[in-house]
Amino acid sequence: MADEEMNAKGEGLKVKIGEWLPLAQWEEGPEWTTLLVEPASWPEAAKLLRFTPGLDFDFLFCLTCIDWKTHFTMVYHFRSTLHGHELVVKSKLDHNQPAIETVSRIWRTAEFHEREAYDLFGVNFLHHPDLRRLFLTDEWVGYPLRKDYEDPVNMIKL
Amino acid sequence: MKNVEEIGTTEQGELIINVGPQHPSTHGVLHLVITLDGETIRNVEPHLGYIHRSIEKMCESLSYRQFIYVTSRMDYLSSHINNHGCAMCVEKGLQIEVPPRAKVIRVLMDELTRLASHQLWWGALAMDVGALTPFFHAFREREMINSIMEETCGARLTMNYMVPGGVMIDLHPNFQPGVKEFITHFKSKIDEYDELVTDNVIFQNRMKGVGTLSKEDAISYGCTGPTARGSGVRCDVRKLFPYEVYAGLRFDEIIETGGDCFARYMVRMKEMRQSLSIIEQLIDNIPEGDFQAKTKAVLKLPKGEFYTKIETARGEFGVYIISEGGMTPYRIKFRSPGFSNLSALNHMARGYKIGDLVAIMGSLDLVIPDIDR
Repeated sequence: MADEEMNAKGEGLKVKIGEWLPLAQWEEGPEWTTLLVEPASWPEAAKLLRFTPGLDFDFLFCLTCIDWKTHFTMVYHFRSTLHGHELVVKSKLDHNQPAIETVSRIWRTAEFHEREAYDLFGVNFLHHPDLRRLFLTDEWVGYPLRKDYEDPVNMIKL
Repeated sequence: MKNVEEIGTTEQGELIINVGPQHPSTHGVLHLVITLDGETIRNVEPHLGYIHRSIEKMCESLSYRQFIYVTSRMDYLSSHINNHGCAMCVEKGLQIEVPPRAKVIRVLMDELTRLASHQLWWGALAMDVGALTPFFHAFREREMINSIMEETCGARLTMNYMVPGGVMIDLHPNFQPGVKEFITHFKSKIDEYDELVTDNVIFQNRMKGVGTLSKEDAISYGCTGPTARGSGVRCDVRKLFPYEVYAGLRFDEIIETGGDCFARYMVRMKEMRQSLSIIEQLIDNIPEGDFQAKTKAVLKLPKGEFYTKIETARGEFGVYIISEGGMTPYRIKFRSPGFSNLSALNHMARGYKIGDLVAIMGSLDLVIPDIDR
């Protein structure tokens, strides 16, 4: 897709989402239209993105977390299979007690993805139906993908 | 992952059994805890992590040339395509223009990989539902692709042939004749595949109406690839977001609307013919020129975020690099198709018989290292 076409699509999206979320914050990125939300307003925003006609973000294809040492950032990648447009949503979480509402009831793929983020980052997804470790054993101490994680036995440093 | 195996009965008299982590039908170390009411499946709970190597953490200490090699070890049946996706992401960050010859070589390799992967899946699926012979047929043809790969890339499974800027070395002189010989051979054999398995009544009875997944559920569970296309979702990255030379090629996106195991089976069978057609279109039209763009010895991605997606044999593979401008990625996330496809397993299997579970898992084409990473 040509860059201009992408930009036009992105601007159109911003206007549309702005109608529903007047306080929407945007991040300037080279590729994606990126919406910034507060964890507290995420459940409301998620429903809007999924069910508003014209937005219809029905496909959550990537959900992940980034440890910035001072805070965590949750990143959600959405696409609409109806309209073909894409959107990234980011939410900044507190580093001491990272917590955000689950979206696994809206996009069911989130159940596994959120369990992965819980397992490897220790993000607490509120009201998640089954928040347990996914890859590591239940007794595992710590969250390996955090930047301050140390494991003298299993980790090899280059 | 679970340490204690739970075996026994629930309060309602339902039986809890474990399948895996070492079970032939799971094709890898997948552990399922299944709740059964008689023979009927009430719940399937996957326990993952038996081959979790924390590849994402590993990549944080590897350079932008090195990390690509690790990705061959995720979806080992699509290793070319995994490498390709990562190379594209690095190229996007550095704005490297890939020479036309390299683009065509990459697409050829991708499609050969897709064929080899689908052949293995076909043989293994038939074996799962009780037909042993197709496995040998599939491996006979797959062997030809492996030999072609071995000549050019020096490896048969984890090729590590794609590098940022192009491909590692030029094609072997035997590549073109070898691929042409393979096309002629496989064209006659794929009809045999249909006669042997597709038209088989016993096979159809095992597959039709089993493991149904609706279009809405396929989207909600984030399914991609043949799994989603079997439920009527348009999701082929090669068509939706064309990369390399796919925009100029004639091929169809295969969509089936049945949503059952047989629909997913038919998508892959038809995709094999499409891949053959793509290879045929390209094999005589490999442009002359460089096979690799000139790149610096040490690659440093600018500060920022880069995401690329690519269609593997199992679906959409995403590479998400967050760079702080250093020699290594700050964080890297692999969106593996198998992980999302597996999340739909419980939904698909509930209400069917335990024997159907093998067919359902086979039709999902799971590669466990791709799920666990």
